[in-house]
Amino acid sequence: MRQPDDDDRRAPRSRVEHLIDAERDEEDAPSRAVGRLRRLCRAVVRALPARGAGVSVVSLVDGSADDWLTAASAGVGAEALEELQFTSGEGPCWEALATNRPVQEPDLSGSGSHRWPAYGPSAVERGAGAVFAFPLRVGSIGLGALDVYRAEPGLLSADAFDLALTFADVALELLLDGQASADDGGPPVMVHALSYRVEVYQAQGMLMVDLRVDAHTAMLRIRAHAFVTGRPVLDVARDIVAGRLRFEKD
Amino acid sequence: MRVVVATATRGNELTVIPAEELAHVFVEVADTLVDDFDVVDFLQTVTIRTAQLSGMTSAGLLLADGRGELRFMAASDESARLLELFQVQAQDGPCLDCYRTTEAVVNADLAAAGAQWPRFAPAAVDAGFASVHAFPLRHRSHTIGALNLFDTAPRRLQDDEARIVQALADVATIGLLQERSLRDAEVLAEQLQGALTSRVAIEQAKGMLARIHDTDVDSAFELLRRYARREGLRLSQVAADVVARPDSHPGLTGRT
Repeated sequence: MRQPDDDDRRAPRSRVEHLIDAERDEEDAPSRAVGRLRRLCRAVVRALPARGAGVSVVSLVDGSADDWLTAASAGVGAEALEELQFTSGEGPCWEALATNRPVQEPDLSGSGSHRWPAYGPSAVERGAGAVFAFPLRVGSIGLGALDVYRAEPGLLSADAFDLALTFADVALELLLDGQASADDGGPPVMVHALSYRVEVYQAQGMLMVDLRVDAHTAMLRIRAHAFVTGRPVLDVARDIVAGRLRFEKD
Repeated sequence: MRVVVATATRGNELTVIPAEELAHVFVEVADTLVDDFDVVDFLQTVTIRTAQLSGMTSAGLLLADGRGELRFMAASDESARLLELFQVQAQDGPCLDCYRTTEAVVNADLAAAGAQWPRFAPAAVDAGFASVHAFPLRHRSHTIGALNLFDTAPRRLQDDEARIVQALADVATIGLLQERSLRDAEVLAEQLQGALTSRVAIEQAKGMLARIHDTDVDSAFELLRRYARREGLRLSQVAADVVARPDSHPGLTGRT
């Protein structure tokens, strides 16, 4: 449930919608919702301002991340920073989801690296000085987060924070937006993100056979390899599917 | 210390409602909205507490369904329940008027209401009731139902009593509307996760079969499809089975 103080602080919806409207529309967006979500990320970058922003959806198995989809992102290195939260299993989005409250880490190289020994230093390497996560929850269901990155350390100003809260509201609605391609049976934003990621699940299936492990463990192995090599999960998965990378049973 | 917040008159008696009791009822009602929300339990509480607070014999509650038809939801006792059911059936009575007009129906004379409610009035009198009042469950432009109060004596409600009952009705309405929109959004979110899960399972199964049969994922998909069709099973179901228990379809996975 929303906390009363968050409600009082939210920036007006109309202001955020105007900010998104002001971003250029893409002609090749796969659906209206995806297109608008991309514009939302760009609007966050421009308005807060920020170096990068991303909207990601997680699925959790037994409280631990089983998969991760970045539905949209904007800004230099934002997509990689989003992915880093998944591969490392650390970062503000997890905390934001668990507590249903925004999380601010103004100093990634200092306190952030103590807080997140795997995520922190890697995020700094990728140009992030501060990071903020706004949870996207629907009742009891934690869907994901709106993540915002800055190069310079520091907290968000009150106005920027309030803006971000409303951006998160809009992002959640777009994620759940039902207008869609009839065949896919899921909100278009998610279906689209998933369709770019099929090799990850195929690789998961392959590891399940190679290593005789369950789906969750297979994903952990892929994630760990991605983290250690600093490569995106999708790249690692493509190598597995193409036979360029093989995991041995321990 | 008791602070007089409102008075309920019962015949010639004055009943004082202590501030704490009133506050307690509101908190109780609000509390049920938070965790493990149970609509029926919640509405039951509303009817019982409304009857108690107003000093009336019974209370009942009707809600409109998706087509705008009023349906019985809760009552504080059996007589009220039967009378509410009758109202719905007969399409006649103060709750229906109240829902249609979105205005409270207060202090109508039941004995003289034969013209206004030709079916309901006699039935209410038969059931032993002498007075009846109805309050709309409304929030801004939404009217979602009505709350009925009944008494075996010819009870009139004072303005402040009517205000308290309307306030209780308003709290109930906000809670119901919030629960509904939250539930709708949760259903959407669940569907989203469900749709993703079945698509993911198909890709995982493709990977598994590609390894088992030492082939590529597209050929693996063909194997999966043909197997599902042969066995008359849904593709997504076979995929989910195989991923959860690799030995579940030995004809497909070659495992026993």
